Amino acid sequence: MSTPTVLDRPSPARLPVAAARRLPSWSTAVVILAALAAYPLVFADSAAHNIGILALTFGIAATGWNLLGGYAGQVSFGHALYFGTGAYTTALLVRQGWSPWLAIALSLPLAALLAAAVGWPCFRLRHHYYSIATIAVAEIVFILVTNLPGLGQANGWELPVVEQSLANLQFSLLDKRPYYYVALGFFCLAALAVWLFLRGRAGNYVRAIRDDQEAAAAVGIDVHRYKLAAAALSGAVTALAGGYYVMYVLFVDPPSGLGLDLSVSFTLMAVLGGVGRFWGPLLGAWVLVFVQDVTRQEFSGSGRSIDLLLYGALIVLVSITEPGGLLAIGQRLWAPVARRLGRGRNPETDPEPAGSAEVKP
Amino acid sequence: MTDLLQSVVNGLLIGAVFALVAVGLTLIYGVMDVINFAHGEMVMLGMYTSFFAWSLLGLDPLLSIPLAGVSIALTGALMYFGAVGRVLGRSPLAQVIVTFGLQVFLRGLAQFLWTPNTRTVPRPWAAGLRWEIGPVVIGGPQVIMAVGALLATGAVAYFMNRTRLGGAVRAAGEDPAAASLMGIDPRKMYALCWVIAGLATGVAGALLMNSYSASPTAGVSFVLMAFVVVAFGGFGSITGAALAGLLVGVAQGVVGLYAPSYTLAAALALYLVVVLVRPQGLLGTR
Repeated sequence: MSTPTVLDRPSPARLPVAAARRLPSWSTAVVILAALAAYPLVFADSAAHNIGILALTFGIAATGWNLLGGYAGQVSFGHALYFGTGAYTTALLVRQGWSPWLAIALSLPLAALLAAAVGWPCFRLRHHYYSIATIAVAEIVFILVTNLPGLGQANGWELPVVEQSLANLQFSLLDKRPYYYVALGFFCLAALAVWLFLRGRAGNYVRAIRDDQEAAAAVGIDVHRYKLAAAALSGAVTALAGGYYVMYVLFVDPPSGLGLDLSVSFTLMAVLGGVGRFWGPLLGAWVLVFVQDVTRQEFSGSGRSIDLLLYGALIVLVSITEPGGLLAIGQRLWAPVARRLGRGRNPETDPEPAGSAEVKP
Repeated sequence: MTDLLQSVVNGLLIGAVFALVAVGLTLIYGVMDVINFAHGEMVMLGMYTSFFAWSLLGLDPLLSIPLAGVSIALTGALMYFGAVGRVLGRSPLAQVIVTFGLQVFLRGLAQFLWTPNTRTVPRPWAAGLRWEIGPVVIGGPQVIMAVGALLATGAVAYFMNRTRLGGAVRAAGEDPAAASLMGIDPRKMYALCWVIAGLATGVAGALLMNSYSASPTAGVSFVLMAFVVVAFGGFGSITGAALAGLLVGVAQGVVGLYAPSYTLAAALALYLVVVLVRPQGLLGTR
């Protein structure tokens, strides 16, 4: 590649290796989930639990984003729309006295349908045309919800505080561990759904579409159909995060449920952790939520914040040095250590890189 | 009727600024096939440059136009050499993400350095002007912004369509390999695009300080409008962007008359309609 041009594409011939490398094995999953389960026992204070709950919740949304943006290559900057679908549907129904479990469950197919409905026309658009279209759709909905009566408008909605129980999805604010473990349960559910999608035929198809859409169409893959499938599951997973988030904070308004910043943060998490890598979004979510928490305390009251500055710098650094994100950097750093330990892992071919297990706050 | 006429005039005037902002965006897109998500933040930095020229040096926004233009042109060169130029030839994802990261970075930088407070130049010279033509009232700042923006947009269009260097930039955009055989270094031409886009957005920022306030998020609505304008004019077409800027401005003015909360929503809906129904835009080829 002496004179790279904008036309250069990753070679499809490398696809099978890359595809195999980026799906996690059971053992990696068990290690990560064990670490996550131990986290609130190791860090016992409420602030740490809060970080964990938010990281897992946003980790769900970012994992949903990653399915469409990372694996299928359709970069959406409007995923707040699906997060908001989850948040607003749940808020609406719980305010009517519904069970939050039912409300969240109902919001998932709704978000899937919405994502497919948005994708139906928009998936004809390529690359940035598509990305801008997703911003346009999400912003239009944001403006409508803010101005039209019926969904709380700019003031937002509060959810009723009811008796604390698992059935009501409300727990003590003094001991937030129940919130954490429910979030972990939802994350497992989301991760399992995405994993099942990716390991099947659809997963190979969407990756083929990402790497070369024309080639994928030429070998007979129904490009539109598999993009829609990825969008539907991606929307549902993101809505799950929105529904649980609204039960945790018991409030939703347009900026916190549908804002462009929210869409941006899902993208940031996935890109930072490792776009198109299974555990990347979760890692990115932990890092971002943690950084946000620390810097908010550091700079509280001054109106200044340093978190956006850091995120932006990290994203630019990651995209020019290592597009695989922190996970790829971790793997690169880990490789010589592993070699010295005599394991002789080759990061190019090893299906289960040890570095990916480093999901710690 | 008077209201409608007034809205159309106001729309035309602000539309000229949309055109100037969009021209740099469409230039970078047309030549490099990259969408600059940080474009609005370049406008925002131009606004801050103009604001600080006033607060520190006492310069009227009109006098700080060259300063803002040059500063943001340098910023554009930095963005190209520091980030965007380093991902050329990578996957489309990397190219979308890098300018997106720049957007977050620049907005975060402004928020960190200058806080989220809005900054206004209290009485710019242009605010003293005012014309009444029949029933239509035209404010000095609006006229100054429109005239300045039209001149700057025209200058960019002239440079691209009528000069040798502009021809070289277009050649690099159309066929980088053939252009480099002719002795044109595509990468230098790409960098030049960023410098020109910086000049245009810097000038736009200084012009805007005649009646808008600077804040870290000041660029957001302008970049969203610029996306609409670029799509409407045809991605990559400079003349198209200039025309579409005026049209979108008028459309915004008219929608604003009847439904002021929905101007941005209407513009974004226009984007969707254009890219889905007529993806080549008004004047785009392909």
